[in-house]
Amino acid sequence: MRHDRAPGRPPRFTRRGLLTTAAALPAAALLPGCSDGRRRTAGGRITLRFQSLAWQQDSLKANKQLVAEWNRQHPDVRVQYVQGSWTTVHDQLLTSFEGGEAPDIIHDASDDLADFAYGGDLADLTALLPPRLKRDIPQRSWETGTFAGRIHGVPFLQEPRVLIANRAKLDRSGVRIPTPEHPWTWQEFEEAAQRLTRGTTYGVAWPLKEPVSATLNLALSTGGRIFHRRRDGKVEVRFDAVDQQVPRTIHDQVNVDRSASRTTLGMGGSDTLPGFFAGRYAMVPLGFSYRQQIAQQAPKGFDWTVLPAPKGTALDQGVSPQTLSIAEDCPHKEEAMAFIDFLLSPPNMVRLALGDWLLPTGQEALKDPALRAAEYDWATGTALAGSLHSAPAQSVRGYPEWKDKIATPGLQEYYSGAIGLDTLRKRLVEDGNLVLARYQR
Amino acid sequence: MTATESTGGSERSSAPRGAGSAPVPRGTPRRTSTARRTSTSRRRATPRRTATRAGQYAALLGYLAFLAFPFLWLLSTAFKPPRELSSMHPTWIPEAPTLENFRQAFAQQPLLAAAGNSLLAAAVSALLAILLATPMAYVLARFRNRLSRAATGWVVISQAFPLVLVIIPLFLILKGLHLVDSRIGLIMVYVVWSLPFALWMLTGYVRAIPRELEEAAAVDGAGRLRTLVSVTAPLLAPGLVATALFAFITAWNEFFFALVLLKSPEKQTLPVVLTHFLGAEGVADLGPLAAAALLATLPSLLLFAAIQRRITGGMLAGAVKN
Repeated sequence: MRHDRAPGRPPRFTRRGLLTTAAALPAAALLPGCSDGRRRTAGGRITLRFQSLAWQQDSLKANKQLVAEWNRQHPDVRVQYVQGSWTTVHDQLLTSFEGGEAPDIIHDASDDLADFAYGGDLADLTALLPPRLKRDIPQRSWETGTFAGRIHGVPFLQEPRVLIANRAKLDRSGVRIPTPEHPWTWQEFEEAAQRLTRGTTYGVAWPLKEPVSATLNLALSTGGRIFHRRRDGKVEVRFDAVDQQVPRTIHDQVNVDRSASRTTLGMGGSDTLPGFFAGRYAMVPLGFSYRQQIAQQAPKGFDWTVLPAPKGTALDQGVSPQTLSIAEDCPHKEEAMAFIDFLLSPPNMVRLALGDWLLPTGQEALKDPALRAAEYDWATGTALAGSLHSAPAQSVRGYPEWKDKIATPGLQEYYSGAIGLDTLRKRLVEDGNLVLARYQR
Repeated sequence: MTATESTGGSERSSAPRGAGSAPVPRGTPRRTSTARRTSTSRRRATPRRTATRAGQYAALLGYLAFLAFPFLWLLSTAFKPPRELSSMHPTWIPEAPTLENFRQAFAQQPLLAAAGNSLLAAAVSALLAILLATPMAYVLARFRNRLSRAATGWVVISQAFPLVLVIIPLFLILKGLHLVDSRIGLIMVYVVWSLPFALWMLTGYVRAIPRELEEAAAVDGAGRLRTLVSVTAPLLAPGLVATALFAFITAWNEFFFALVLLKSPEKQTLPVVLTHFLGAEGVADLGPLAAAALLATLPSLLLFAAIQRRITGGMLAGAVKN
């Protein structure tokens, strides 16, 4: 049974919104929350569908192996592996939920869960979670999968943003090499980028094709949240001095001291790699998992290293971990949770993390020597795990519209130098709060 | 004046006056068209015309290069090892070509099964679209009245509907028939989706066949069915092939309906499986993705190559009116 569907949600005239409408109508007419129990039982055996978004070779292999191991050990509860895709998962889940065809166990990212969680499509896992799993994952990670006080997703893999640097250039420049214990401050980072800027080489390349999550998550290090929850429970956008520090640093690097390449502002992370390998940029802020691409694609002899992102008042940064959820329609929630518990046992979580080149959320898994190795700077990332917190915006209703319509174009214009900080603040706050108000009536 | 006289006269009047261009005497057998063309082009070869022709060829080559670029780049990428994929100075021809991307693509995803699903959906929907569209197109082309004109207008307008609007009634119908997550359901959608344009195309082809041929067959005693089978259908063949190809490729490349309507992994089509090579925030496993995309492109290209003449014939049918 569906429940808690938010009343009066304003329409968003995007493809996603139209698709929602398209999918909701047939569901309303024909499928009021029913599920087909027959497809899940055959000959007394339960069959659960697990939709995974694993896509890299090692990750796919690890997931399929774990499903096969589960099926060998649990002949009465068979798990069927279903391949999903990061690019289409939201639309696919939307239609699946509305059409009564949702997978039982769902792999997604925590920042994609809000609509489904508030819409009653995802089961409340609070009472289902085994104590071992609940204890193993720290509270700051549980917050990423918690909506309105209920846990709808088990966070299991997360990705800090790091600086991937050309080690030879760093050594030649004589800058201090930061470590997780002694990271650069934002001021030191700016100075290092300036020293690394020589001739046609830029100190840093910011790939900011999608600038909002990078800006918001890094702003956490200076105490910036941008989304502030008031006492009455409503959320408002602010853009105070602490919120402005990270965007102003990026802006100044591109437009004032020219230590950052202007051309990479419109690029995705992968697009900057050819220039990085060719020595055009000394440092590139990227997600931790980009190490795999770099390890595969870097020219022979190219020496690179992973540095922690700069520190403000703290080393904190926001993340939206990968999660596992159970569909509300699933008739075998306990069995589904047993599979999640198996998948996220410490040794299996390590296998998943290594396959995706990401960090596990589980504390036991983080102790594994394979994740503390010097090779590929696993140890640097693992040392950052304690500083990762729930991304400030991910549970805010209306955030996707604010991001698409207000923040993305605003930040793009600000970083390119087309508008100033005052104009940016006005747009983010005044226009942004008008958007959020429609979701919080 | 007979036809022969007319031709001869025409040639004489436009013949060049230079040496070696003696007038054609009456009764001389007609020159072949090739000879006539050669003579004509030699006559008109001025520097300005040569420059214009060279410009036309250059523009044509540029256009062909523009069209071919994505495919050639895909071809090149599919055979490149990872280190060449992110080179600052990319090359057309891989320095160390490898089949590893293909091996990985097949190891990671069930490409052959997905291609089989796509092939089944595309071939059957193209066949059904042709079977349904042909008689309808004949009626629209031959019996022109207010109703047929309104129907043609509706067909054209229906092409303007966005997918997300169309999927509502389709989803309703398919769910009612228990055909969601069914290959039959998907084929039905593809037929419905390609039918208007197929009908529009075929109506044009039928109109291009001179009505006089059917009237002559009727005068010779052929009934309507015999006329349709023996006279109209053979002349319509190129149009049928071109239209079927259009319907096939539309279904082969379709992504949205397949994504929304098919849930079971064993039923997924190739465009849906291709998205499995993409990660979050646009990161892609570029080598295997290019290899898989190349394989997905090949059937369309091979089909085009195999029936190119028929398509050209179909396109030109009726281009010159009597």
